[in-house]
Amino acid sequence: MSERTERSEGRERMPDRHGTSGERLDGLSVRDVRVSFDGFTAVDGVSLEVPAGDIRFLIGPNGAGKTTLVDAITGLVRATGSVRFGAEELLGRPVHRISRLGIGRTFQTSTVFEELSVLQNLDIAAGARRSWATLARRRRGVPDEVAAALETIGLAGRAGHLAGTLAHGQKQWLEIGMLLVQDARLLLLDEPVAGMSHEERDATGALLETVSRDRTVVVIEHDMDFLRRFARSVTVLHAGRVLSEGTVAQVQADPRVQEVYLGHPVDAGSARTGREA
Amino acid sequence: MTAVTPAPPSTAVAPAPAGAAPPNPPGRRSRLRTAAGFAFGAALLFAVAPLVLSDFRLALLAKYLCVAMVAVGIGIAWGRGGMLTLGQGVFFGLGGYAMAMHLKLADAGPGGMPDFMQLYGQLDELPLWWRPFASPWFALPATVLLPMAVAFGLGSLVFRRRVRGAYFAILSQALAAAMVILLIGQQGTTGGTNGLTDIKGFFGYDLDDPVNQRMVYFIIAGTLLALLALTRQLIHSRYGELLVAVRDGEERVRFLGYDPASVKLVAYVVAAGMAGLAGALFVPAVGIISPALIGIVPSIEFVIGVAVGGRATLLGPVLGAVAVAWARTALSERFPGTWTYLQGLLFVVVVAFLPGGLASLWALARRRDVGARPVRRGWLPAARRRAERTEVPAA
Repeated sequence: MSERTERSEGRERMPDRHGTSGERLDGLSVRDVRVSFDGFTAVDGVSLEVPAGDIRFLIGPNGAGKTTLVDAITGLVRATGSVRFGAEELLGRPVHRISRLGIGRTFQTSTVFEELSVLQNLDIAAGARRSWATLARRRRGVPDEVAAALETIGLAGRAGHLAGTLAHGQKQWLEIGMLLVQDARLLLLDEPVAGMSHEERDATGALLETVSRDRTVVVIEHDMDFLRRFARSVTVLHAGRVLSEGTVAQVQADPRVQEVYLGHPVDAGSARTGREA
Repeated sequence: MTAVTPAPPSTAVAPAPAGAAPPNPPGRRSRLRTAAGFAFGAALLFAVAPLVLSDFRLALLAKYLCVAMVAVGIGIAWGRGGMLTLGQGVFFGLGGYAMAMHLKLADAGPGGMPDFMQLYGQLDELPLWWRPFASPWFALPATVLLPMAVAFGLGSLVFRRRVRGAYFAILSQALAAAMVILLIGQQGTTGGTNGLTDIKGFFGYDLDDPVNQRMVYFIIAGTLLALLALTRQLIHSRYGELLVAVRDGEERVRFLGYDPASVKLVAYVVAAGMAGLAGALFVPAVGIISPALIGIVPSIEFVIGVAVGGRATLLGPVLGAVAVAWARTALSERFPGTWTYLQGLLFVVVVAFLPGGLASLWALARRRDVGARPVRRGWLPAARRRAERTEVPAA
């Protein structure tokens, strides 16, 4: 998608607080982003284009700058360069403003509000645009988008439970559900299946495919098996730079990727050993 | 859309969440229970206490109830919002001094000067900043609005800069110290260490008359009940849920598109207003306001009552504040000098072994009856664990 069409579409879009179905898809465009901490450059000129509706996996060894890149996109750390989602420039805006542009993220560890119920968690996630007058009143019933999200993430039977009592996988799904009701059109997921069982991974993958119908998804993940099954495209980061990019097959066949992951180039067959150390 | 997750084990109907997260929306039974609770509280405060207690004890209770009002505010700011404010004495004092200034001017009569100003003899006329307080139309709203304005100014600066935790606590305590130093330094216009004393009248009523003292008590009891009703609405509203979310995961809330600074600011300002109102009513009940009543030590004592009672509950702060204040009086009467140690011990024991306060005993007992619900850990360590997890998402 050219920048020109992205811009013209961006002007048309009106803020809409309900649901995302029927809304326009946007892509993510990262140009020459750099992040340094006290002289250490964690992200060193990364550029990548994630087309609308993609499920892009970001992989790379520890310290490659994956999470820092997501931090930069979401405004948690200062960065130079340019990050555009649709027509909007994200860099330089505060975290909550970026979020309101439709960018949602999860963290490596689940950060649901454990002292609140599943329903309350989702209701809060859905309410960033509520007026003070609405906030001052009680919630009556379940908002439509929250009910839909409860179904999507399979927690409808647990709406009244404290989020702290959920199993690990369910917390991650709740996180994703919170992004859905938050009206996020770009989902940035940091290791969503870490610590999950096989069944939970399958369910999470299916969930990603469902939500990517009308959203753009970027996943940081170490699990190679999960990546092979659900990635539509892959970007490999190494030492703060883009090392390789393409389909799963292309990336796996790239000798530079094999070298980074295994220390020496090997044939594609033995590179397929699953999770890296 | 279909559920894509493996079917969760078929648990029975989801039980309403307990403890810090109140069930929502409330059923008719819970509304009835609340109404009954308020009726019970009103009967206790308006009928039983005046019948059972002597005038002296009733006046003491009036004083405790003022402390309880401050505690209700701290329950919101600290229990629900996670802001450990060790400087509520500042707002209590602002409200108290605003009221006392008006009452002193009323005692002195039109054109008169408060007695202490004549005593120090440095002033020929009333200082400019005293003058508006001659009017009840200025002074009464000021008892609440002045503390709220100060809290707003301070909170706007502090929360946006993400000052929190111990740093916020220290800052708020420093503010209490600064206020005391200021009051003592400006002795000529503030009464210095003595404060504003010897207040005789309350809007035309003689405060020495036991009947009028009783009236002041009723005003205080009614105000406390009103503040409790307001607080109940606040913690059950969407804002109340959001405030707990900010307490437990400020960064996460930010990533949901909220500005946590403004969420916290509202709770802090409301707490300040309650403290101001408490200070204003404390003055006719006790007849004095002085730096010793609003400095660091009383500010911490406010917090101890809240911690003992249970900071995150509606009634915990009230009961804790009254219980601690009552124990203080009772023990000081019998064993003078030991109270300070006991108070310290009490605080340590509660924080170490019962972080949810005495109110959590009730919740624990109830949960054991129900059986099915998991026993929640004391939420102070839990909150700390969460803070460690959320504040610095690892790179």
